[in-house]
Amino acid sequence: MTLDELKDKIGIGEDKVYAAMGAFDNPDDLVEAGRKIREMGYTKLDAMSPFPVHGIDDAIGVPASKLGWLVIWFSALGALTAVTLIWYVGAVDYRLVIGGKPFFDFSYTIPIAFELTVLFSAFASFLGMWAINGLPRLYHPSFNYSQAHRASDDLFILVVEANDPKFNPQQTAEHLRSVGAGDVEVVEG
Amino acid sequence: MSAVLQDPQLMEVNPPLVRTEDYHDLTEQISVIVEGDVVKTPLKYWITLAITASVTGILGLMLAYLVSTGIGVWGNNRPIGWAWDITNFVFWIGIGHAGTLISAILFLFRQKWRTSINRSAEAMTLFAVMCAGIFPLFHTGRPWRAYWLFPIPNTDLNLWQNFRSPLIWDVFAVSTYFTVSLLFWFTGLVPDLATLRDRTTNKLKQWIFGALSLGWRGSARHWSNYEKAYLILAAISTPLVLSVHSIVSFDFATSVIPGWHTTIFPPYFVAGAIFSGFACVMTLLLIARWTLNLQNLITIKHLENMNKIILVTGSVVGYAYATEFFIAWYSGNLYERFTFLNRAFGPYWWAAWSMYSCNIFIPQLYWFKKMRNNLWVMFVISITTNIGMWFERFVIIATSLTRDFLPTSWGYFHPTYVDMLTFAGTIGLFLTLFLVFARFLPMIAISEVKGVLAVQKHQFTDKEVVAHDLR
Repeated sequence: MTLDELKDKIGIGEDKVYAAMGAFDNPDDLVEAGRKIREMGYTKLDAMSPFPVHGIDDAIGVPASKLGWLVIWFSALGALTAVTLIWYVGAVDYRLVIGGKPFFDFSYTIPIAFELTVLFSAFASFLGMWAINGLPRLYHPSFNYSQAHRASDDLFILVVEANDPKFNPQQTAEHLRSVGAGDVEVVEG
Repeated sequence: MSAVLQDPQLMEVNPPLVRTEDYHDLTEQISVIVEGDVVKTPLKYWITLAITASVTGILGLMLAYLVSTGIGVWGNNRPIGWAWDITNFVFWIGIGHAGTLISAILFLFRQKWRTSINRSAEAMTLFAVMCAGIFPLFHTGRPWRAYWLFPIPNTDLNLWQNFRSPLIWDVFAVSTYFTVSLLFWFTGLVPDLATLRDRTTNKLKQWIFGALSLGWRGSARHWSNYEKAYLILAAISTPLVLSVHSIVSFDFATSVIPGWHTTIFPPYFVAGAIFSGFACVMTLLLIARWTLNLQNLITIKHLENMNKIILVTGSVVGYAYATEFFIAWYSGNLYERFTFLNRAFGPYWWAAWSMYSCNIFIPQLYWFKKMRNNLWVMFVISITTNIGMWFERFVIIATSLTRDFLPTSWGYFHPTYVDMLTFAGTIGLFLTLFLVFARFLPMIAISEVKGVLAVQKHQFTDKEVVAHDLR
C-alpha cells in the first residue's frame, strides 16, 4: 500500500476535510454550545479540553466507557493464573513437604491471587484505555486547527466532524458561530 | 518565624483551595519550572542536587563493596540475621504508602485537596519503593540471581518457589505495587505532558514530550475512557496499598518469634506506613513549596489536612502499641511478656522510647489548630515522625531477634559503617530522584488542579447569580 492509499484509508491529507472547529473560553459555554449543536441534528461531535469537562458527555452524546467490562475479565484471569500456578507448582510439578504443610491449599493462594488480580486489572485498564482511545498516535488532523495547542491550556474546543451526514463546511461553521464559538475554522484532514 | 505569622492565608475564615483565577496562569506557573527558560533554575538547586548525587555515589560504592566482599560487611550476624537491611526495607516501603493513599483513597473519597499534592506524592512512592527494593535484593547476596524470586522456569536452578512462604508473597506484593504505582502515575502525567508538548518551541523537546504524551489531544471521548481508567486504577490501588504492608507484616507475623507472632500486625503496619508516608510528603512539600514558590497551590489548608491525617494515624499507631502491651500481659504468655518488658526497659530502651516519643507523644500537638498551621512545627514533626517510624521497625526486629528462646544465643546488634552509609546512600538516592522529578516533570497535576479550579469558579458564578436574583 502506498502512503497516499494509507492516508486515503484513514481519511487524512490536504484534500480532505476533517471537521469544523470552534473555541470557547470556559467549560460551561462549551457544554451549552455542545447541547445546542446536537439539538440542530449533528451526531458526529467531539470536544477538546484541558481537563475532563463535566456534563460534556451528555451534551454531545459520548457513550459511557466500556473499559470496566474489559477489566473485569482480566481481573478474573489474574486470580485464576495465581491459583493455577500455585496448584501446579505445589501439587503437580514439585511436590515437596515443607513444614508439614499441604501441597496445595486455597488459604495460602490468597495473597498472590489478590496481587495478580490487581496487576492484571491495572494492565488491562492502562493498555485497554489507550487501545480504546486509539492512542498512541503520531498524527491527528485536529492538530491542524490553529488553536489546537491551547486545548491543553485554557481553551475548550467543539468539533463537528466532516463525516457527519449534516456536515456542510460553510453552514456548519455558521452554526458553530451561532452558538457562540470563536475562531471557527474548517480544518483539513 | 515572623514570615509565617504574617502569612495572609492564616487570617481567612473559609479559604479557597487553590489561589489562582485563570487556567492559563496555572499552566504557566507549573510549566515554567519544567521549561527553565523564563525562570532560571536557582543555583541552590544544582548545589543541592550535586550533594544528593554524591551521597547516591556512596550508595553505589557501598553496594559494590558488599557484592565484591560478601554480606559479612553488614553487621548482620547470629542471632540477628535481619537487621538494618530489613528495617530500611520496611521503612522505605512504608513511606511509599502515603503516595498511594493520597492518589487513590483520597480520590475515591472525592477529597479535592489531593490534587495539588498527588503528583509529587505518587512520585515519592515510586522512589521510596526503589530504595526499599535495594535492601532485600542485596541481602540475597547474589543480586544477579534475582530472577530466581519469580516463577520463571529456569535451567540453572531447576527449582520452583515455595508458595507457602510469606517471603514470596512479598515479592509479588512489592513488584505489583511498584508496577501499578508506575502505571497510575504515568496515566496522570499524560495530559500534562501534552501541555508541555504544546507549549515548547524546541524541536527536541517537542519530540520527547510528543512521544511521552502518546498523541493526547484532550478529546472528550478520550477523557471519558481516561476517567474510567483512572477510577479503576484508584479503586484497585486502594486495597493494593492495604495489602502490601499487610503482606510485609506477614513476614514477621507468620513466624513464631515472640513480639512478631501477632494478628495485630497487618493493620498496625498499614497505619504506621501511612503515618510515616504523610510525614515524608510533608517534609518534601514544605521544601518544594518554599523553594519553588507554590504557596498559592499548596495552601495552608492542604498542609493542615495532612496534619490531621498524621494525628489520626499516629494515634492509631499509639493504640496498637498499647494493645500489644495489654495482650502481652493478658495472654499470660511468659515469652511474650518478657519481650515487651525487654522492649521498653531492656538494652534497647533508648530506641523504644525514641519511637514512643516521636510516634505517640509529639504528634498530639496537632490537636491544636495553631500547631497544625505552624510551618516550623510541621516541618519538625514531619522529621521526628520518620525518625520514630524508623525506630519502630528497628525495635520490632532487634528486640525480638537479640533475645532468642535460648539465652546462650542472646546478643546485641552493632551496625557497621557499611550499614550506615548504605542507608544514608538510599536517602541520597531518594532525594536525587525527587529533585530531578521536581525540575523536569510537572510536579503538580496541572489538568487535575484545573478541574478543581473549574468547580471553584463555577460555585463563584452560582453565588453571583443568586445574589443577582435576590436583587
